[in-house]
Amino acid sequence: MAGAEKPMFAMDGNDVPFEPGQTILQAALAAGRYVPHLCFHPEFKPHGSCKLCTVKINGRTVASCTTLAKQGDEVESETPEIQDLRRNLVQFLFVEGNHFCPSCEKSGSCMLQAVAYDLGVMAEHFSPFFPSRPIDASHPDVLLDFNRCILCELCIRASAEVDGKNVFALSGRGAKKHLIVNAESGRLADTRLAVEDKAMDVCPVGVILRKRRGFQVPIGERKYDQHPIREVAVGKATARHASGKPSPQGPSKEGA
Amino acid sequence: MTAIDPAPVTRRPRVATAWLGGCSGCHMSFLDMDERLIELAGKIDLVYSPIADVKVFPADVDVTLVEGAVTNDENEHAARTIRRNSRFVVSFGDCATAGNVTAMRNRFTREELLQLAYVDLARGEIPTIPNDTTLAKLLVRARPLHEFVPVDAFLHGCPPSADEIWLAVSALVEGRKLELPAAYQRYG
Repeated sequence: MAGAEKPMFAMDGNDVPFEPGQTILQAALAAGRYVPHLCFHPEFKPHGSCKLCTVKINGRTVASCTTLAKQGDEVESETPEIQDLRRNLVQFLFVEGNHFCPSCEKSGSCMLQAVAYDLGVMAEHFSPFFPSRPIDASHPDVLLDFNRCILCELCIRASAEVDGKNVFALSGRGAKKHLIVNAESGRLADTRLAVEDKAMDVCPVGVILRKRRGFQVPIGERKYDQHPIREVAVGKATARHASGKPSPQGPSKEGA
Repeated sequence: MTAIDPAPVTRRPRVATAWLGGCSGCHMSFLDMDERLIELAGKIDLVYSPIADVKVFPADVDVTLVEGAVTNDENEHAARTIRRNSRFVVSFGDCATAGNVTAMRNRFTREELLQLAYVDLARGEIPTIPNDTTLAKLLVRARPLHEFVPVDAFLHGCPPSADEIWLAVSALVEGRKLELPAAYQRYG
């Protein structure tokens, strides 16, 4: 590759360089172009479940987190059509769970909330399900509030792949699919989950919370209170790539 | 904020605020506009509000801010009257917009709820579930305002800030499009 011109695709009319093997989403983030996403995490294999990163390539809608970048692709991302689709997906997630922002410890650091701000979601639009999902406060150090789960499976992946503990799993099908604790009793206290686990730090919403830490950072001073998610996500991507992984040499937008 | 233009108002705007299933926090925030209320009072007629002693929602209202979710039959009736009589209806705060705190009761049945509130947690009195026929009846679930009537705009926050309310109300009574800076879109 040395000296060779980097391959490029076009996103909304802008050239985006990529390394062979990178997905559209990875390349876009590395180049400082935000694509809304929830189940994608830079440290994990793309999952492709939330579909929020959907883009249109040569007329086909695909999840950009699982689609490899190709030279010359014409990618539509922030078109009114795609943004409307994304807005609907976020509204679906809101109505399927119980997302009471004022009483949520994750408010201000919540990706679902931040993505909804980014997309300008003014209301849920669809009829809320108001499901009954009791919390699990059995663990001495961790609170689980299933009301907020968006089924991204990041905790499942982190617990299985990094922690080697398999604490979480999904159960049920379709609209009844839900997060469960992988213990015979179903209680978090009967697992080996520890506060140091990777699974503690990947939840994009407010399901997995450390006890006795509520409001340590005041509302209004939290991550997405300070910076819109489209800036945070891009900064994060470049910082991560700088430390270890093959660098996609995209221009850093940090401080730009 | 929304693509819908408020109806052009050629006379002194008739403004109303209504309090459905909410804690009145949004109205407290309305009062937090402080001295700007004096300026506002010079521009509008407040024709109906919890802070104005008017018993019946009037006809021919230009802008109505509605606080709270629709949680009982009286709220539902009020929502329909407000919609019929208002040109521009604003969901005022997170309860009207999404159910929010008022909707937290939705995981219980009404019977469980009344039992808990008026019997199980009652102290020092003869526990009785109020059943006077003049009292509003709880709906099966508390729901957002737009589930009952079309809503023209949404103000977020629990409560929306006084600054946000000021910007929104100023725009609407002057017949301007309601477009708030992104920083004002905050749930909770």
